[in-house]
Amino acid sequence: MTGLSDLSIEAAGTGLRDGSFTSVELLAAVVRRAAITEAHHHAYLTIDRDGARLAAERADGELADGTDRGHLHGIPIALKDNMCTKGLETTASSQMLAGYEPPYDGTAVARLRAAGAVIVGKTNLDEFAMGSSTENSAYGPTRNPWDTDTVPGGSSGGSAAAVAVGSALGAYGSDTGGSIRQPAALSGVVGVKPTYGLVSRYGLIAFASSLDQIGPIARSVGDAAVLLEAVAGWDIHDATSYRGDVPAISEGLADGVDGVRIGVVTELMAEGIHDEVRSGTQEMIEQLSAAGAVVTEVSLPATEFALSAYYLIAPAECSANLARFDGVRYGLRVDGDTTEEMMQRSRAAGFGPEVTRRILLGTYALSAGYYDAFYGQAQKVRTLMRQDFEAAYKDVDVLVSPTSPTTAFPIGERTDDPLAMYYADVCTIPCNLSGDPAMSVPISLDTAGLPIGFQVMAPALGEEMMFRVGAAVERIADFDARPALASDEVVSA
Amino acid sequence: MPVEIDIAKVAKLARIALTDEEQETYGRQLADILEHAARVQALATDGVKPTSHPLTMVNAFRPDEVTGSLPRDEVLAMAPDAVDGYFRVPKILDEQ
Amino acid sequence: MTWEAVIGLETHVELQTASKMFCGCPVDFGDEPNTAVCPVCLGLPGALPVPNEQAIEGILSIGAALNCTLTESSLFYRKNYFYPDLPKNYQISQYTFPLCLGGHLDVDIDGTVTRIGITRVHMEEDTGKSTHVGRSGRIQSADHTLLDFNRSGVPLVEIVTEPDIRSADEARVYGTELQRIVRALGVSDARLEEGSMRFDSNVSIRPSGSTELGTRTEVKNVNSLRSLHRAITFEIERQIEVVESGGTVDQETRHWNEDLGTTTSMRNKEESEDYRYFQEPDLLPLHIDVSWQERVRAALPVLPAELRNRYRQAGADARTAEILVDGEGLGPLFEEAAVLGADPRAVGIWLTGEVISFTRTAETAVTTTPLTAAHLVELSEMTADGRLSATAAKEVLTAVLEGEGAPGEIADARDLIQVSDVGAIETEVDAVIAEHLDAFEKLRAGDPKTLGFLTGQVMRATGGKADPRVVQELLRRKAGG
Ligand SMILES: [Mg+2]
Ligand SMILES: [Zn+2]
Repeated sequence: MTGLSDLSIEAAGTGLRDGSFTSVELLAAVVRRAAITEAHHHAYLTIDRDGARLAAERADGELADGTDRGHLHGIPIALKDNMCTKGLETTASSQMLAGYEPPYDGTAVARLRAAGAVIVGKTNLDEFAMGSSTENSAYGPTRNPWDTDTVPGGSSGGSAAAVAVGSALGAYGSDTGGSIRQPAALSGVVGVKPTYGLVSRYGLIAFASSLDQIGPIARSVGDAAVLLEAVAGWDIHDATSYRGDVPAISEGLADGVDGVRIGVVTELMAEGIHDEVRSGTQEMIEQLSAAGAVVTEVSLPATEFALSAYYLIAPAECSANLARFDGVRYGLRVDGDTTEEMMQRSRAAGFGPEVTRRILLGTYALSAGYYDAFYGQAQKVRTLMRQDFEAAYKDVDVLVSPTSPTTAFPIGERTDDPLAMYYADVCTIPCNLSGDPAMSVPISLDTAGLPIGFQVMAPALGEEMMFRVGAAVERIADFDARPALASDEVVSA
Repeated sequence: MPVEIDIAKVAKLARIALTDEEQETYGRQLADILEHAARVQALATDGVKPTSHPLTMVNAFRPDEVTGSLPRDEVLAMAPDAVDGYFRVPKILDEQ
Repeated sequence: MTWEAVIGLETHVELQTASKMFCGCPVDFGDEPNTAVCPVCLGLPGALPVPNEQAIEGILSIGAALNCTLTESSLFYRKNYFYPDLPKNYQISQYTFPLCLGGHLDVDIDGTVTRIGITRVHMEEDTGKSTHVGRSGRIQSADHTLLDFNRSGVPLVEIVTEPDIRSADEARVYGTELQRIVRALGVSDARLEEGSMRFDSNVSIRPSGSTELGTRTEVKNVNSLRSLHRAITFEIERQIEVVESGGTVDQETRHWNEDLGTTTSMRNKEESEDYRYFQEPDLLPLHIDVSWQERVRAALPVLPAELRNRYRQAGADARTAEILVDGEGLGPLFEEAAVLGADPRAVGIWLTGEVISFTRTAETAVTTTPLTAAHLVELSEMTADGRLSATAAKEVLTAVLEGEGAPGEIADARDLIQVSDVGAIETEVDAVIAEHLDAFEKLRAGDPKTLGFLTGQVMRATGGKADPRVVQELLRRKAGG
C-alpha cells in the first residue's frame, strides 16, 4: 500500500540503479504526495519544482553516463528553511526574511548538491528555530500527520512531518535544544543531533551558535546514517567544525547491544515525564536488557538546572545573532525618519512574539549588572552538565531516556505559556549543553495513537555506538506504523 | 525571587519598538521566565569554570588568501534601499 | 592653580593583510563601493567568521614590539551595539583576554625619556564606511546616509595606553613612534589621512601634584599627528577654562573639528551603550604557545629605538638620528658610510639636507638613486682634506644623485677642486700684498676689515679655487697676527 515516496533511501537507490525507476519519477511521486499532504500538514514553505526537476534530470543523466555520486544520488530530500540555499527563498519562517534569496549555499547544502541529492524544497519551522511546536511560524503552523489537531513538535516540525508522510525521503533539521529529536519523536521518525561541530554550520541561520547543530531526520536509522555521512566533516568556513576524522557512523548498525553498557538517566524518568512515555521507554529498556545490554541507572544531577541554563544561554546568543536583521542590507524594512527608528520598527514588525521574547530575554541576561547572576552562572551549569556526562560515560557506553516528556500536544495548548512550552525540551537540552550526540528513535504509539520517541545519547564523537544502539532499538521496536494519509489516492501516490 | 526588569530599556538596547501593551506583556513573561531561570543561582558553582563552548579545540584559522567576493548586483539586489552602488539608510541621530 | 593633563591614547591600526580578518575578501579594494564584500563581511544570515592567521601574526608582532606579554590563552568576544555600518550589529573584538597585555613604549622628548605603559593590544574587525549626504555633509543635518562595506572586516588592531601621557607633545611623539614601529614591522602603512591609523584620546586634567583622576573626555576624529597635537592642546585648555570658571567637565565623546580647531560634544557617556560583551561562540579560543611567542619575537625586525641608538653611536646627533630613522634607506646608507670611515657629522648634514630634498622633489627613495656609501666616503675625504669647499661638496652631491658619476669625476669635470697647497697659494698671496701694500699696512696696524678685502683679492686671482682658510691663515701670519 505504499508508493515510491515511501521507499527507504537504500531501496530507492537500488531502484534508481537497476533501472526500476528514474530520479525524475521518484521526484514526481514525492511531489504528488506533497500535493495531497501539504493541504493537511503544511510541512513545506517552498517546493522547488523546477530546481528539483533539473537536479533529478541531471542525476538520471549522470547515472546513465556511469557517474554515481553515492547513496544520495537522485534522492529527493527536504531542507529546513533556515539552511541557506542559493537563489532559493530562505525565510527561517520569519516575516523578516520574506522573499529573501541567499546569494550562497551553506556548506551542508553544497555537499548535498555535490552528492547528487535532489532538493525538493524548504520546510516549515518555528521562526528562527525558536520553539518546540512549529506553531511560531510566520507562515502558519505545521500539523502533526498522526493527528492534525496536534503539533508535530519543533522547531524542525516541517522536516519531521515531510519525512513522516513521504513528501521527502529524508530531511535535514537543526537542533539547538532538541529541535530535531523532539519533532522526530512527536512525528514518529528518526532524528539525530550529531556531536557539536561534526556538521558545518556555515549557511545555517544561527539561533544559538554554541548549541546549533544540523542533523538528519529519516524514516530509519540506516537512512539517518546515510544522510549524516553526506554532510559530516570539517569545513574551512566554520571555525567550530571538528577537524578530526568523521566517526564510522554506519559501521556498527548490525552489531546489536550484547554487552553494551546502557545507562538510564534517573532524572529523565522522573516526575514530569508522561506515564505512557515513561512506561514505553521502560519497556524498551527491558527489551534492550533482554537482548544482552548491561543496564544501570545513572544520575546526572545538573539536569535539574539544564533547562534554566539553556533558557539563558540560547536567548543570550540569539540576541546577538539576530541583531543583523536591521532593515539595512536585506530583509524587511519599515521606514522611519531616522535609521534608529527604521531599525526599531523593522525589527518589531519582522520578528514574531517568541523571537521578540527571546531577544529581550537574552539582551537582559547579558546586560550590565545581570551578566554574572544569569549568563555567567548558566555557563557554569554547562560545565557541571559536561562533568556529569563525562563521569557517566566512564561507566556506560550510551545513556538513554525518553526524547520528549509527552507525545504530541494539541495545537494552541502552550502558545500562551512559554514555560510550559520550554519544558518540552527537558530531555533533549542536556546534550546540546554538553555538545554530545543524541538521537531519537520511534518505538511505539501511545493509546491516542501518537508516537513515542526513545533517546539514545553518546559521548562526543560516539556516533558509531549511538547508531549501533539506535539500530538495535529500531529492530526491537519493529515500529512500522505510518500515519494514516488523507485518502486512498494518497496511498497510491 | 522576583526579578526587576526595565523592559523599556531592554527593548531599546535590542532595537525593538514595543507598544505599552507589549511592554507590559513581555515584561511579565520575562519576569516569569527569569524567576525560573534564576534557579541556576542556587547552584554552588565556586571554583567551577564557565563553559561557553562544547569543543576543546583551539586555533581554527584560515590562510591569508583572497578567495573572492560577491558580484555587486547580487549584493544590492537584496537591499531594501540602494543607490549608486551604496546601501542607503535614513539619517542617523547618533554618531559612533 | 597650575594644571596637569592626564592623557591615554587608544590607537586603531588596520593591518595590510591580503584578505580580511574573517573572510576571503581583499583588504586592498578600489573606490567602487560594495565590491569587496561577501556573506561574512556583510553579515548575511548563516555566514560565519574564520580568523586570518596572518592577522594574528601581525598583532603578535605589534605586541612583541611594544614589549607586551603575549598571552597564551586568548578569546574573541562580541561587542554588541547597533550601527548601520556594523553589519552584524556586533563587532568581533577582544575583552577580558586580549592577545597582548602589559607592555610599554619609551618616548624621547629632547633627551628626556618617558615610559608610556601599554595596557593591552587586541584584535578586532573594522566597520564599513558611512557617508552622510545632505546640506552640509555633517551627520546632524544629513538627509540620509550611504553605506559601503568594503572596509567591513578589515583586520584592526587596537592599542591602548595607560593614562601615562602628560602633554600634547608627548602624545604626538608617542603617536609618531608607534607609527614608525608599525611601519617597521611591515604590518600596516599606518596612514592617518587614509584612516589606516586612527587615534582616540582620553583627556582629563587635575591640579598639578594631585594623584586623582579628573573626569575625562574622549576626543575622536583626528587625522594627522599634527591635529592629534592640536586637538589635545585645545581640549586641555578647554577643560581648564571650564573648571576655572566654576564648571565641571562632562564625561563625553567629543569630535575634533579640523577647520574650526575645536572639539564639540558628540554624545554623553551616560547614555552610551551597554555593550553586552560575551565570548564569541563562532570562534575557538586562541592558544599562542611558547614556541609561537618565541618565533614572533625572534622574527622582529630592528625597531626604531634601536636604530636611533645605532645611528647615535655611529656619530649622528639626536635630530639627525631621528630623521635617519624615518627616511627610507637613509639610515643604512649612513651606517655604511660611517663604518667605511666617512665623517658622520658631514654625512648626516648631507643626508638630511641635499639628499632628502632631492628624493622629495623626485618623489623617490634614496635606494633608487645612484648614491652609494662609497660616494659619501669619497665626498667626506675630499671635504676633509680641503679639496672641496662645503658649497662645492653640496653641488657635487646633487650631481651624484643626478647620475653624473662619482664625486671625484664630477669635481674635476666641473673644475671645483680647491687649491690647498700652501706653497702655491703663498705665491699668489705675496703677489696680492705687493699690489695692495696700503691695505696690507692697515692689516698689520690691526684693522681686521682689510683681511676680507685681501682674501677676496687672492680668491679672485686664483679663480676661486684657493682654500679661503689657507689664504687667511697666510695673510694673518705675514701681518704678524
Ligand atoms: Mg576598538
Ligand atoms: Zn568578505
